[in-house]
Amino acid sequence: MVRLRIDPATAYAIFFVLFLYVPVLLIPLFSFNDSTVATFPMKGFTLNGYRGMAADASLINALKNSLMVGIGVSIVSTALGLLAAMGATRYAMPGKSPVMGTIMLPLVVPSLILAIALLVILRQVFDIPLTLWTVAAGHVLVCVPFSMLVLMSRLEGFDKGLEEASNDLGENAWMTFWRVTFPIALPGIIASLLMCFTISFDEFVMAFFLSGTDQTLPVFLYSQLRFPQRLPPTLALGSSILAVSVVIVLVSEWLRRFGVQSNKPGAF
Amino acid sequence: MTQGDNIISIQSVSKHFGPVKAVDDTSFNIKRGEFFSLLGPSGCGKTTLLRILAGFELPTSGEVTIDGQPMSTVPPHARPTNMVFQSYAIFPHLNVRENIAYGLRKRRLGKAETARIVEQALELIKMPGYGERRSDQLSGGQRQRVALARALVCQPKVLLLDEPLGALDKKLREEMQIELRQIQRTVGITFVFVTHDQEEALTLSDRIAVMSRGKVLQIDHSTRLYEAPNCREVAEFIGTMNILPGTIGEVSHGRANVAAGTHGAFEARTDGSAPRPGTPVLIAIRPEKLQMSWERPGLSVNSLAGKVGAVAYFGDRSHFYVDVEGCEKPLAVALQNGERRLDGSDLVGKPVWLSWEPDSAVLLPA
Repeated sequence: MVRLRIDPATAYAIFFVLFLYVPVLLIPLFSFNDSTVATFPMKGFTLNGYRGMAADASLINALKNSLMVGIGVSIVSTALGLLAAMGATRYAMPGKSPVMGTIMLPLVVPSLILAIALLVILRQVFDIPLTLWTVAAGHVLVCVPFSMLVLMSRLEGFDKGLEEASNDLGENAWMTFWRVTFPIALPGIIASLLMCFTISFDEFVMAFFLSGTDQTLPVFLYSQLRFPQRLPPTLALGSSILAVSVVIVLVSEWLRRFGVQSNKPGAF
Repeated sequence: MTQGDNIISIQSVSKHFGPVKAVDDTSFNIKRGEFFSLLGPSGCGKTTLLRILAGFELPTSGEVTIDGQPMSTVPPHARPTNMVFQSYAIFPHLNVRENIAYGLRKRRLGKAETARIVEQALELIKMPGYGERRSDQLSGGQRQRVALARALVCQPKVLLLDEPLGALDKKLREEMQIELRQIQRTVGITFVFVTHDQEEALTLSDRIAVMSRGKVLQIDHSTRLYEAPNCREVAEFIGTMNILPGTIGEVSHGRANVAAGTHGAFEARTDGSAPRPGTPVLIAIRPEKLQMSWERPGLSVNSLAGKVGAVAYFGDRSHFYVDVEGCEKPLAVALQNGERRLDGSDLVGKPVWLSWEPDSAVLLPA
């Protein structure tokens, strides 16, 4: 007789993965459920949720807002993160670690505190109206440290002699950046763009405090949860976003591996 | 020597990193078309000096001129120099062809002309057919050649080489030395070569500058550096040198009588200006210029007594280390192993006589 033996570590790992992902997988499951309440037993298969989602102009508008903010934030944050990472890895300067610490601070400060502080400054001190621009500004603050960390690990890996060599071969700093630094850092730059986009797209607290009449998707979704009949389109939207996120994560992970391989020093 | 013979002129150049004087008030010239080496132990300032020539470091004081042009305000990308880096610095995102063509962009040559130059360069480094390879598909020696070709296609007036053979194994290094010398003769460009390997410097160079602690100690041809070093540091850095302390006695007809404590007096030739009697000196003798015998040699040669302390076997020759009273280190004697000698250790402990011709020794300032 064959007895199935599961070693405790494996059991723990299986439990861990189930605990993480089963709740998430319930969302796509219920998005096809023909009911306004997300409970078992399921009622029947329907695409009404998806139809409702496509027909809802305010939802589509929120999605558009989030995409715009996400794309803008990822580009600005990655540009700033790249500059910071180059400064951190290329140059020795006085007060480097306090400066780095300041850039990293949003990683550890609760975003609620950051959001309230920004709100006070924008409204009370400078009297700037709340728009998608203010949301984007808040998101950039949160995204830059992530971008910098990703790009620093990429830039630290490559020989500083390469930039000197380019300089020596007749290219100034600007052309050296475009012909050497940028192409070598490219996998990291793409990873940073994807990561910043995801963070911005998903961010709720900053967006909740800093948005005016134009809402981003997470804020819009939160406001919809009060109405039971709005649940199916919301679940449909959640499932769609989940599908897109999985694709983005897979692509960025693939790029990261590709980057690690192409950066490998050759055998001597 | 006319101005036109010198391609590089280094005028009282110093480079300080905080309290460290990496290069300390150094002046010398490098001639057009010569293979010039900067030789010295690590940390002696040779690489800093090379980086000053390339423009990566600016001298704290002093001026460098290359082909008559002062370089202090010229950035690296505008200098008539190209460098072969110690790490080779082959661009990992480009293939061999693109690496070699990197410096040609500014010359706007057109595709066909660029391709022709790259092909020629691949020919020169004996790597035709390797154009499409990426840097991680090359061996150390091949990367080194690509780095060389990449620098040479820019047609620099001076090629700077920063220990380019350091990462190669001994066999490959010797092959590359010969090849490097041939390439230098073919292209006729001035090479400035940094190395800590004295044998490498001696085989390759027309002239060598021996550096220590930021200063140039001696600039000379290989033979002169070996046979007529100007100080103890150069003598001991290049090859092995036996040192006997003494005091100058009588000087006449280019010969000096040097008193060396309990060993009596030795005859030595004085190169150049005759030292004053009474000055302390060092008698320096190369191991291969010492003879070893059981019997006391005749009076026409200098001789002293000692005892064999140890034997080092090098295959073609052996070094016998002879302990001599009054010398801090045992004197090394090199003997060719002209016959098969299966064991030399039976000589250890035996008393022997060492002797040398008066012309074989060099007098160095103490």
